[in-house]
Amino acid sequence: MSSVAPVDLPIDDERKEDAFEEAAEGTRTARAKRRLTSRWATLAALIIAVLWTIPTFGLFVSSFRPAELIQTTGWWTIFQNPGFTLDNYQDVLFSPSMSSPQLGAYFVNSLAIAIPATIFPLVLASMAAYAFAWIKFPGANTLFIFVFALQIVPLQMALVPLLQTFSFWLRPGQAWLHDVIPIIPEQNYLPVWIAHTIFALPLAIFLLHNFISEIPRDVIEASRVDGASHAQIFFRIILPLATPAIASFAIFQFLWVWNDLLVALIFSGGTQDVAPLTQRLAEMVGSRGQDWQRLTAGAFVSLVVPLVVFFSLQRFFVRGLLAGSTKG
Amino acid sequence: MTTADLTGKILQVVMGLVIFAAIIGILVLLMGRGPKKGRDYWQLTWFLLPAILLLAVGLIWPAVRTTGLAFLDNSGNVSFDNFVWMFTQPSAIRTLINTVIWVLFVPTISTALGLAYAVWIDKSRGERFYKALVFMPMAISFVGAGIIWRFVYEYRSAGRDQIGLLNAMVVGLGGDPVQWLQTDPLNTFLLIVVMIWIQTGFAMVVLSAAIKGIPTEQIEAAQLDGTNAWQRFLNVTVPGIRSSLVVVLTTISIATLKVFDIVRTMTAGNFNTSVVANEMYTQAFRASEVGRGSALALILFVMVLPIVIYNVNVLRKQREIR
Repeated sequence: MSSVAPVDLPIDDERKEDAFEEAAEGTRTARAKRRLTSRWATLAALIIAVLWTIPTFGLFVSSFRPAELIQTTGWWTIFQNPGFTLDNYQDVLFSPSMSSPQLGAYFVNSLAIAIPATIFPLVLASMAAYAFAWIKFPGANTLFIFVFALQIVPLQMALVPLLQTFSFWLRPGQAWLHDVIPIIPEQNYLPVWIAHTIFALPLAIFLLHNFISEIPRDVIEASRVDGASHAQIFFRIILPLATPAIASFAIFQFLWVWNDLLVALIFSGGTQDVAPLTQRLAEMVGSRGQDWQRLTAGAFVSLVVPLVVFFSLQRFFVRGLLAGSTKG
Repeated sequence: MTTADLTGKILQVVMGLVIFAAIIGILVLLMGRGPKKGRDYWQLTWFLLPAILLLAVGLIWPAVRTTGLAFLDNSGNVSFDNFVWMFTQPSAIRTLINTVIWVLFVPTISTALGLAYAVWIDKSRGERFYKALVFMPMAISFVGAGIIWRFVYEYRSAGRDQIGLLNAMVVGLGGDPVQWLQTDPLNTFLLIVVMIWIQTGFAMVVLSAAIKGIPTEQIEAAQLDGTNAWQRFLNVTVPGIRSSLVVVLTTISIATLKVFDIVRTMTAGNFNTSVVANEMYTQAFRASEVGRGSALALILFVMVLPIVIYNVNVLRKQREIR
């Protein structure tokens, strides 16, 4: 296994899939090798590990320190200047005062954007991937390569015209919906959902196609002979079999949307009704860049979800991320 | 946030999901009603239509239109004004130069660091843990990373206690505190550090998997030949992971060309730190210079294009093998 091209990542065989965990098996070769890695190499690795962790750690420690202490002393002096408080989190999440960031609402928005924006492209892309993989038609190959190439077109190429399209076609619908159901604000999630769905499709189709086309031909042909329609095959055979690939992509897409700033800036409108956490945080940095008690706690509110996903679903996470790292 | 707001939000999500499910249901119904002859094509149409339609309306047509907009001036006439601006205005030139600096430094340094780290921790005790530490920045948002590093670069005037780690170290060594993010050209490199911090983990995980794929016999044979660790690294490891190295370099290059959030969060492109992706946003959506924004988007596309073509060729070859 000398190559890990993104193109073949989603159809991992066991070996590659476990690359992240292989270390755990301390085999004979491992012992032979450890003698060879010098003490200096270990030291250098240790330094990198520490350097990579300290910035996040410092922010984390600071988020629990009282505001006066954050502003006057370094977080590394926490033992000389002890202080522990949850006020920062209380303030950024729940404080109703106008000056506080009120991140609670934005947290809900982040979830409300990310969940549908993960499900929509997954369903549409797996349908398209199935068609590409199992229904023969002229030009299928060319069309597929075209879709593959689309995944690396920068989002920037689409933003201006897409925003114009939305304000012409979606705006009236949103206004009408607000009139009928006043509880739904005129500025709603729809444009952000659609934008994320569109931008996810090329990569999702490509990855799921790789997986779905690997499903044994016999399985599908047997069902065809039994008279199953493509819809039946898709829902009863393909979707259950493709679950691992779908899970990897779902995690990648969820995190991508959760962490996104650009799409939100352009399509959300920036109000508390729609804007996600990232947009609010970026805004706070711009307007209150010195309020470290709020920025530290706020940043961690937004980091909690990705970090939980990272540590609990590491295997799927690594696969999804490696496969999708060129998106954007 | 009031309860009514929350109810409205939940209602939106539920409605969105229900309507989406209904649309898929209708598609499936339509599939079943096709003519007996050419049934496969009929079903195919409904499988492909939603995705192709969305891509056409939301990506292909906008990309074509953006290309057109790049060649229009403010009064709507065809002209090269936007490109003249891009290649003559000092601030715009600086944006292009910065992007080149980014794409020169980030892929090379991240890959080198990731490779070194992967080799150093290979098969050591606690490898998984060490990997997780360096890979973690991949999980968080660029905005979060931007805040984390702004805090490291924070400045307090001389004489006061520094709260930013970097200035604390400078002062500790007897220097004067520096306003890092406002010092040109150092600031661009400090932003690059953030991107390297994020991408090294990616390089490390891919390259580590590749290193583990090198047959042990090759390394043992080299050992028997009496080579030292460095020679083995250069003559066995590096050739063995060549294709992965290329993948890592191209992938990080694309990500770097498109970098937006880091610059937006940390300096908003001020103090001569802007890059193409950030300037595109600023021009098109802040300054209402749609033509300039489109021209910048087009330049971004042109810069990514060689890598896209390369990747498509790799894909073609793989499909031919199959």
